[in-house]
Amino acid sequence: MSFEPKILGFLCNWCSYAGADLAGVSRIQYPTNMRVIRVMCSGRVDPKFIFHALELGIDGVFVMGCHPGDCHYLEGNYEAITKFDMTQQFLKFINFDKRVRLDWVSASEGTRFGEVVTEFINHIKELGPSPISGGNPDEDILDKLKAIKMAAGSNRMRALVGREKTLLGSENVYGEQIIEQRFNILIDKAIKDEFERHRVLLALEKDSNSVKDLAVELNIDPSIVLEHVLTLKTRGQVDFQKIKGNTPIFMRL
Amino acid sequence: MSEEEKKDIEDEVRVGVFVCHCGSNIGGLIDCKTLAEEAKSLPNVAYAEDNLYTCSENGLASIKAAIEEYNLNRVVVASCTPRTHEPLFRDCVSEAGLNKYLFNFVNIRDQCTWVHQKQPEEAYKKAQDLIRMGTAKAVKLEALDIIMVNVNPSALIIGGGVAGMSAALNLSRQGFQTYLIEKEDKLGGRLNSLHKLFPHQLDASDFLDKIKNNVQNAQNLQILTSSIVKNIDGFVGNFEVEVEQNGKNIELSVGAIIVAVGSSLFAPTDLYGYDGKKRITQFELEHKFINNDVKANNYVMIQCVGSRIEDRPYCSSVCCMTALKNAFVIKEKNPGANITILFRDLYTPGTDYEKYYRDAREQGVLFIKYGLDKLPTVEEDHIKVFNEYMGEELILPYDLLVLATPLVANNDNKELAQMLKVPLEANKFFLEAHVKLRPNDFATDGIYIGGSAKWPVDITEAITQGYAAAARASRVLSHDSLEVEGATSSLPEYNKSLCTGCEICIKVCPFNAIIKNEEDEIEIIEALCKGCGVCGATCTNQAIVIKHFTDDQIFSEIEAFGGH
Ligand SMILES: Cc1cc2nc3c(=O)[nH]c(=O)nc-3n(C[C@H](O)[C@H](O)[C@H](O)COP(=O)(O)OP(=O)(O)OC[C@H]3O[C@@H](n4cnc5c(N)ncnc54)[C@H](O)[C@@H]3O)c2cc1C
Ligand code: SF4
Ligand code: SF4
Ligand code: SF4
Ligand code: FES
Repeated sequence: MSFEPKILGFLCNWCSYAGADLAGVSRIQYPTNMRVIRVMCSGRVDPKFIFHALELGIDGVFVMGCHPGDCHYLEGNYEAITKFDMTQQFLKFINFDKRVRLDWVSASEGTRFGEVVTEFINHIKELGPSPISGGNPDEDILDKLKAIKMAAGSNRMRALVGREKTLLGSENVYGEQIIEQRFNILIDKAIKDEFERHRVLLALEKDSNSVKDLAVELNIDPSIVLEHVLTLKTRGQVDFQKIKGNTPIFMRL
Repeated sequence: MSEEEKKDIEDEVRVGVFVCHCGSNIGGLIDCKTLAEEAKSLPNVAYAEDNLYTCSENGLASIKAAIEEYNLNRVVVASCTPRTHEPLFRDCVSEAGLNKYLFNFVNIRDQCTWVHQKQPEEAYKKAQDLIRMGTAKAVKLEALDIIMVNVNPSALIIGGGVAGMSAALNLSRQGFQTYLIEKEDKLGGRLNSLHKLFPHQLDASDFLDKIKNNVQNAQNLQILTSSIVKNIDGFVGNFEVEVEQNGKNIELSVGAIIVAVGSSLFAPTDLYGYDGKKRITQFELEHKFINNDVKANNYVMIQCVGSRIEDRPYCSSVCCMTALKNAFVIKEKNPGANITILFRDLYTPGTDYEKYYRDAREQGVLFIKYGLDKLPTVEEDHIKVFNEYMGEELILPYDLLVLATPLVANNDNKELAQMLKVPLEANKFFLEAHVKLRPNDFATDGIYIGGSAKWPVDITEAITQGYAAAARASRVLSHDSLEVEGATSSLPEYNKSLCTGCEICIKVCPFNAIIKNEEDEIEIIEALCKGCGVCGATCTNQAIVIKHFTDDQIFSEIEAFGGH
């Protein structure tokens, strides 16, 4: 039997959901794989919803909103973009970035709705089943996805992404470009740091461990692991447990 | 039953699921009876049934009866779409004593049976999943407060063409203080530059004078010409509008707003040798009539110039009638004139308009159909056209070539749309909430649309729509207070300790609905909040709850779908 992916769609009420209804009224035919969750605006889609769906083994997640400039709440879809970009950036670590998509469909684009949904379903079919779906999920990827979910939900990441639009919007065109570049570098670094940090945290949650062994387990440079352990210690999330032989062992708090 | 048992039942979540056949729209493809039967085994479902038409009187009565009989405190209807039918079912459950937010919609028609007509089995599975997801959300639904706002019984009308003037007259005569804003220095819009009016050859200026006279003498009506809207704040019943008139600012407070900004003319540069002299538009021809400046003997008119093509796929709806009208004007002055109309299709709907067309034929106006694949070609003094009916090329000499060009959306629609927070459609005309169910409303409460700002219309239709928009507005204005969206954002008491006061929510709210109050606490102004949910998805400490779309509710939907 051919692979029939499970796909979740988040549709904003005013444009894409209306476009989906119009596809119905016009009897546009498209494959059945997507299940829709209606939200009022694409800006409501918290990245954690997407991570949660992927963690359950759902093969693809499609977020749809109004075309830029057409959001019923003016700017909700711009907020959706910043959050989605971060989500996708995180998902690159596990090669899941192509399993999520953000696109725009207006209330009058019934035909287009059918087209983009069909295209996404075919695209996910080509990618194949999610490696964490089914009875035998890839534990390594699943662990990493858990770390991603926690990292993206951290206060630091949410604050950074939440500020992105205001920060970038407050500059003139010339300044904006420089700021945007700098901002992207900052975000990229934060994404990498928080991802690794939360992997360390999750590993320690399973078992207390030394920096050296953690480094081997997670395949991260020991000096970087040490840095993360120290940051996590200042955040009050891990602490020194005991000395084993000559090596300090850390534990999750 | 003891009091305690009763209380237990009240506390327990009891969902009723109603699966609609919609005649054969749903039931013709998938088995609704079994869907309902299966729904009975979902968590917390106390009752389920299928209905031929859930929205019919019988269907609604059946929901109410089941609420009563089975002590239901959540209701799920699996049928068409919330965008059209949610209000009806919400009313239904509240008539049966339930808070209307305890209702949840599942779309198994527009987004399922209608779009998977050749895959009944898969469509059935999808409907199963959707019902499971919708029921899971319903279990988590909470009753919400009904929020009321006061209404300022006054209206603003933007645009002083026939549509706007008709709306203004209607509202002011009902006793509402009305402001009519026109950006030009006089009222009337397009009508100011027309000659005669189809289908009765009325004098455009006589007709306009009559309406203007009524408007100028109306009570409760303030006309502001040479004025534009600079800014609009607020919400239904309470809009604050900043108007600029000749460089000075005027502040208006109104309860409702009508958009009647009309449309603009398409300039046919590069089409059929247009030069504004020998090759002109119908609009320019009327100008020439007014100035008594038409001397030609051989007239050719080309229809659909710049309309019903890929870039501009719509029909401008007034051009066929306008061509006929101007043919009559020519014939009246010069019965011997030769008039040939080259058309793709002629649209003269209704009894009067069709008669108008027949009369034109009788008076000797010639009609030749051309096709998009073989457009007429224009030489200095003749036109070549391939006659589709006769299958041959004709040569038509002309002294005056008249092009029927479409009405197009105004350039500044986008700006106004953004101020009003309302959408435009693909051709940049204003987009109503629903073409059939709410043709003169916007989705945003308290804002209405009429006339050619929405779509090219003739004067009769512009007036009808002006009245319709006024009637819709008066529905709001005639109340002292109104209910607004209750599914807002909130920072619940139990989450207050999570909030660090970072103020990021304040910055992302597009409606300035979040403030820091005097106690230095985050406060959400419910009447301003439109429930978009952006602040909830953004809040750095996940303290904000979006009512009716809570994290918990959305997670439960995701989980009910589940993985492989
Ligand atoms: C050549 C031609 C011939 C026609 N002949 C006929 C006919 O014989 N019979 C018939 O029934 N119909 C005819 N029509 C159609 C008719 O003109 C329209 O139906 C009618 O004008 C529509 O009225 P309206 O109020 O919607 O728009 P308009 O007449 O376009 O009025 C809109 C008004 O809004 C103002 N405005 C625009 N933007 C703003 C803003 N931002 N702020 C404030 N004010 C603004 C404009 O200045 C204008 O005064 C003809 C149209 C054309 C082009
Ligand atoms: S509720 Fe909707 S689906 Fe059911 S009969 Fe009415 S229109 Fe059709
Ligand atoms: S839900 Fe939207 S409108 Fe309401 S407070 Fe939050 S951001 Fe503002
Ligand atoms: S974003 Fe959240 S934490 Fe920050 S001020 Fe707003 S409610 Fe408080
Ligand atoms: S309402 Fe559609 S994206 Fe905001």
